[in-house]
Amino acid sequence: MSILAEITADPVEFKAAMSALGAGFAYGLAAIGPGVGIGIVVGNAVQAMARQPESAGLVRTTMFLGIAFTEALALIGFVVFILLKFA
Amino acid sequence: MNLALVFPPIDEILRWKPLVGNEGDPFAFNKIGLIAFFAAFATLALFFVAGKKRALVPTGVQNLAEASIDFIQNGIIAQTMGTKKEDMRWTGYLTALFFFLLFTNVTGIIPVIQMPATARMGIPLILALTSWILFIFMGFKNNGIGYLKAAVVPPGVPKALLPLVVLIEIVSTFLVRPFSLAVRLFANMLAGHLLLVTFAVMGHGLFFAETNKAFFIPLTILPLILFIAITLFEVLVVFLQAYIFTILTAVYLGGAMHPEH
Repeated sequence: MSILAEITADPVEFKAAMSALGAGFAYGLAAIGPGVGIGIVVGNAVQAMARQPESAGLVRTTMFLGIAFTEALALIGFVVFILLKFA
Repeated sequence: MNLALVFPPIDEILRWKPLVGNEGDPFAFNKIGLIAFFAAFATLALFFVAGKKRALVPTGVQNLAEASIDFIQNGIIAQTMGTKKEDMRWTGYLTALFFFLLFTNVTGIIPVIQMPATARMGIPLILALTSWILFIFMGFKNNGIGYLKAAVVPPGVPKALLPLVVLIEIVSTFLVRPFSLAVRLFANMLAGHLLLVTFAVMGHGLFFAETNKAFFIPLTILPLILFIAITLFEVLVVFLQAYIFTILTAVYLGGAMHPEH
């Protein structure tokens, strides 16, 4: 309890600590969903390429598009991390 | 001028200090602007040099330029927009876009420069807004006022769901598209740049350690190995991000010109 009182006594330090904490959580949590999502996208693309190697070109293009859309969420999390930490 | 030998303070992520002029001056010129000029010049030079001889059997630079135009036409436009003449007219813009992005990205891994110009918000923002204005303009030009309906009402949606779907489509087509286009490029390049900076700072810190020199200096090899590995990974990212930005622009243009694909 005394540690908590000591930390909250200085509002500037407290704000810095909280924003560091929030920044860490922001990126960590934002990376979970896209991580799973990109795994599903690439896994299914590889499966499609293995089944139909002749359509590999089209599948690869579509796969990169899918990755780009999924990854955007993780990158927004990264931007939020920067804003929380340094802004 | 910063030659990547010293580490800039962290708030220069958003506000890079100018080389010419003062902070806050609208005509101040910084390293990012210099790299952008270099990239535009390199793109122009590549195609002017390649187009000078026009040999029937291409060699050297001409070969590279022809291969890249073939890649833009067959790998991007034919896959996303179509093969008609009005689609192939976009070859020029998309090729210029791809090479400009490639040259602005690749400065992030060239030793001594090591600063991707796209890791600052300005260039991605302007390019994304250009793509945004272009696809909306082409949509209205090709479909008239009916483009609004084609853009926000996907075919085959039940009537009861229509208000919700239209709202989602308006937000995702006209608001999220330019934002995600810009932020994707910016955040990818900045993330790669920060990874490189992290391992460079770590190596620097270990090599110039004040205490326990015999222990710390041999450890410098570890961040150095990762630095090289991440540089190799960045080679992939540089090409991939230029490709993704170009292909997404082509997808948006294709969707606006020929709706209901």
